[in-house]
Amino acid sequence: MPVQYTSIVEEHQAVRNAVGIFDISHMGQLVIEGSGAREWLNGMLTNNIHKLDVGTGQYTFLLNDSAGIIDDLIVYRIGEQSFLLVVNAARTEEDFAWMQKHLPAHVKLDNRSADFGGVAIQGPRLLELFHALFGKDMHPPPRNAIADLPFDGTKVSVARTGYTGEDGVEIFFPATDAVNFWNAALENGKPFGIKPCGLGARDTLRQEMCYPLNGSDLSPERNPIEAGLGFFVDLTKPNFIGRDVLLKTKKNGPREKLVPFRMKEQGPPPRAHYAVFANGERIGEVTSGTISPSLNWGIGMAYVSAAHAKIGAQIDIEIRGRKFPATIEKKPLYKK
Amino acid sequence: MTNVPDDLLYTETHEWVRREGDRGRVGISDHAQSELTDVVYVELPKMDRQANAKEAIAVVESVKAASDIYAPVKGTVVEVNKALEADPGLINREPYGQGWIFVLKLDNADDLKQLKDAAAYRTQIGS
Repeated sequence: MPVQYTSIVEEHQAVRNAVGIFDISHMGQLVIEGSGAREWLNGMLTNNIHKLDVGTGQYTFLLNDSAGIIDDLIVYRIGEQSFLLVVNAARTEEDFAWMQKHLPAHVKLDNRSADFGGVAIQGPRLLELFHALFGKDMHPPPRNAIADLPFDGTKVSVARTGYTGEDGVEIFFPATDAVNFWNAALENGKPFGIKPCGLGARDTLRQEMCYPLNGSDLSPERNPIEAGLGFFVDLTKPNFIGRDVLLKTKKNGPREKLVPFRMKEQGPPPRAHYAVFANGERIGEVTSGTISPSLNWGIGMAYVSAAHAKIGAQIDIEIRGRKFPATIEKKPLYKK
Repeated sequence: MTNVPDDLLYTETHEWVRREGDRGRVGISDHAQSELTDVVYVELPKMDRQANAKEAIAVVESVKAASDIYAPVKGTVVEVNKALEADPGLINREPYGQGWIFVLKLDNADDLKQLKDAAAYRTQIGS
C-alpha cells in the first residue's frame, strides 16, 4: 500500500463522506485448528474467546511474559475449533514464532499470509457498493462477524470490521484474485465516488478515532492497560500469558497512560516523538500525531505520566524548541 | 505534468527564486508541492534574519511530513508571506504565485549564477 494515491486529505474525505478502498493484502493471516484449539488460544490472547460464536470475531492482544504487546489483532472463530487471526504484517513472523513455541501437539498453526489478498472498503456508501458488487439480495455480515460469500464464480470472506470509524468491511480472497477484486470494486464504486486510499489516509482516519497503531502507540514495552485498552482484556479468565503482570498494573495503576490530545491553537502538526510537558516538567512523549483532515486541527496521542493523564488536563507539546498548548481529551477525537 | 516556469531559478532542494532587482522571491516548486501534498502549516522565517546559502530558515509541513526550506543564496529576509499562516494550501494551489514563502535581499546578486535554470531543474526531476 503506498502512502497516497492522489492526496491524503482527498482520500481521507472519500472515506468520511463516500467510500474508500485500501489494499490490505500485506496483512498476516494465521489459521489455528485442532481439538482444544479454542481453550489453548484463550490462554494465548487477552480477550475472551468463549464469547465468540462461530462466524464472529473480536479485537484482542498477544502478549509476552511481561504483558508487553507483541501484536494487536482480530481473531475470528471460523469453525467450532478453528480460528483465523488477522495480524499486523510486520509482526506476522514474531506472532507465529511465539505461538509455535507454546503450541500443544494436538493444535495446528498455519501461516497462510502468502495465500491471501485483501481489501478494506470503508465509508458511509459501503452498502451501496456492496450491493453493486455482490448483488441486491446479498448482505454483509453484522458488525464484527465474518461470512463466506459468492463473488464472480469464487468465494470470498467478508468481515464487517475496519480501522477508520466508518461502516466498513474487510474482504479476504486467494492472492491470485486480488487484482480482479480490486478492479471490480473500483469500477463498481465509481457512481459512489470511490477512491483508492493509502497508508497516509489510513493513519489520519485511525488517529481521529484514537485507534492505536502497532509500532507507534503499542510495543512490547507497553501493556494494554497502559495503552487504555483494558476493555479488550478479560482479567476474569483464570489464565492467559501476561495476566499476572496486568493484575499488578491494574492494582497499582500504570506508571504512564496513552491519552488522546487536541491542540489549543492552530499551528504545526504534532508528530511522533515530540516531548510532552506540564507546568514546565517533561511528562511524556507523543506516539502519533497529525493535522486531522476532518477537524482541520492538530490532534495526537501521547504516553504521559499517570498523574497527568486526566481528561481536560493542560499540556504542552514541544515542536522545534517551542511549546504549543494542548488539552487531554476523551476518545474519540472526531465524532460525526 | 509538473510546471517549471522558464523565467525562474531553482535549487537542488526544490526552492525557486524570482529575481526582483536586488531581491529574490522564494517558494517551492510545483514538483515539490505535489510530492508533499496537502500543506497544513508553514513556519515562516523571522523578518530581518540573515541567512547563508543552503541554511534552513523555514518549514513546510504536510500531513505526510515536515520539510525544511533553505535559503537559495546568502541574504536578509525582508518580506514573509503572512497569508500562508491562514491558508497554507496556497503552496499547493499556486506554488509560483500566492504561495511564495519569503523575499531575500541578496548579499550579492551574482550568487544567483550558482542556481539551476529551468532546463537543468527539469533534468533533475526527470520532467
